[in-house]
Amino acid sequence: MTIEEVQQEIIAEFSVYTDWMDKYGYLIELGNELKELDPKEKTGQNLIKGCQSRVWLVAEMNDGIINFRGESDAVIVKGLVALLLRVVTGRTPKELIENDLHFIDDLGLKQHLSPTRSNGLLAMVKQIRLYAVAYNKIAG
Amino acid sequence: MNYDIQKIRSYFPVLHQKVYDKPLVYFDSAASAQKPIQVLMAKEKLHNDYYGNIHRGAHFMADKTTVQFEEVRDKIRNFINAESREEIIFTKGTTESVNLVAYSFCEKFVKEGDEIIVSEMEHHANIVPWQLAAERKKAKIVKLPFNDLGVLEIEKLPSLINQKTKLIAVAHVSNVLGTVNPVSEIIELAHENNVAVFVDGAQAVQHLQIDVQKLDADFYAFSAHKLYGPNGVGVLYGKKKWLEQIPPYQGGGEMIAEVSFEGTTFNQLPLKFEAGTPNITSVIAFGAAIGLIIEIGLQNIEEWELSLLEYATSKLKEVQGIRIYGEAPEKSSVISFNIEGIHFYDLGVLLDKMGIAVRTGHLCADTVMQHFGINGCVRISFGLYNTKAEIDIFIAALNKVRLMF
Repeated sequence: MTIEEVQQEIIAEFSVYTDWMDKYGYLIELGNELKELDPKEKTGQNLIKGCQSRVWLVAEMNDGIINFRGESDAVIVKGLVALLLRVVTGRTPKELIENDLHFIDDLGLKQHLSPTRSNGLLAMVKQIRLYAVAYNKIAG
Repeated sequence: MNYDIQKIRSYFPVLHQKVYDKPLVYFDSAASAQKPIQVLMAKEKLHNDYYGNIHRGAHFMADKTTVQFEEVRDKIRNFINAESREEIIFTKGTTESVNLVAYSFCEKFVKEGDEIIVSEMEHHANIVPWQLAAERKKAKIVKLPFNDLGVLEIEKLPSLINQKTKLIAVAHVSNVLGTVNPVSEIIELAHENNVAVFVDGAQAVQHLQIDVQKLDADFYAFSAHKLYGPNGVGVLYGKKKWLEQIPPYQGGGEMIAEVSFEGTTFNQLPLKFEAGTPNITSVIAFGAAIGLIIEIGLQNIEEWELSLLEYATSKLKEVQGIRIYGEAPEKSSVISFNIEGIHFYDLGVLLDKMGIAVRTGHLCADTVMQHFGINGCVRISFGLYNTKAEIDIFIAALNKVRLMF
């Protein structure tokens, strides 16, 4: 599936929830299911600190694709991290550079990417892009 | 108690709305209070009737505006019972008031090796300006700690004060713990040792009757926007003897007597500290906010808010896994807490979706978070317009959220 197709799939999944609390209930479920990082990986180097919640992001390049893993201390943020990871992991740097991540906006969850929220998510999205650009240079 | 809550709420049109289809419950007045129609109308009236720059125009518009502006200074003088109007300086907020004193007082009175005592429960705005000043002057910041109930350990204060101590910076009311600090006692002890005291009153003036002369505070600062007034205006009260001795903070128009390239002389108080065109509109609208507070009566407000605090605290204590930060016997209407197993951000997001506005995070008080070993918490705070019915909605929402985890 392409990045766009995964985003459309997620949007379809959420479309069954009309109530905000159900939407968040599903995010909490996704957050609880997300595999936790090895405590050793939760280092300052991988930490993206927000004043509300903290996010950790690990990236590894193998055979031309980047694998991302991540976590957060807040479950809703963790659910959003899980969704982001589903879209971006296992992609080539080129794919990541060429595609926009718009699904969070489409789900009506844009507020979590607002700079004023400072929950680490916006910085995580930026960081994913930076990894893609950096690995693209190395590969290129 | 004769407290006409319906009438009071009618002054705040913003409260009567739905957020995400739920009636708005605004529990974040400690961050910023909502504005009554009196304030909004005062702003509009000024611009419709007459508006001009103050203190310098020889025309009708400027005169009228100046009179109104200066009337607010008198209102504030009365409100906090300062000895003279020269002791009331308009700033852009509590933060600027702290910075002004940290700069100007330290410039004059603090030298290398001196010490400034800062309490452990301060807002960042009452820590960082002192740190910057200390760095500039090679002085030292000394911590006055608080205990796990959120009470300042003032019994330790005598041992912290020495010949080198120049000033103590302390909040009247903590923005996280709600503790009403014994500032009178602190000031008395400080003055016995010739130490000045700066009081951050940002969380106090909207809840308690302040008498700066009775307190004998050297400096007392607060913001209009937490007192139901507009943003961008603050007050610094300073004893005349200090304000006369310390140098200006910023240079510009209004604060000068005469300017030449050979040297400049400065204006009299209070204008010496009011460089540039001040926030005229907001100062005048702030006057309307104070008018309303006086009309309702601070004692009535305090009584009303304390009944909300007591009610909410007892209801919250029934919630499983709750940990309240700040259980001082003397407390103002602020409750900070965490619920075991639920991250404060998650809690804040879900409450928001149920129409309830709370504050989450470190609350600009990292040293308080460090004391309790947490990264943040949830804070609810009450204003004069909140009700017990809103607390019931909040508690029901909290219990609903608990079941989601």
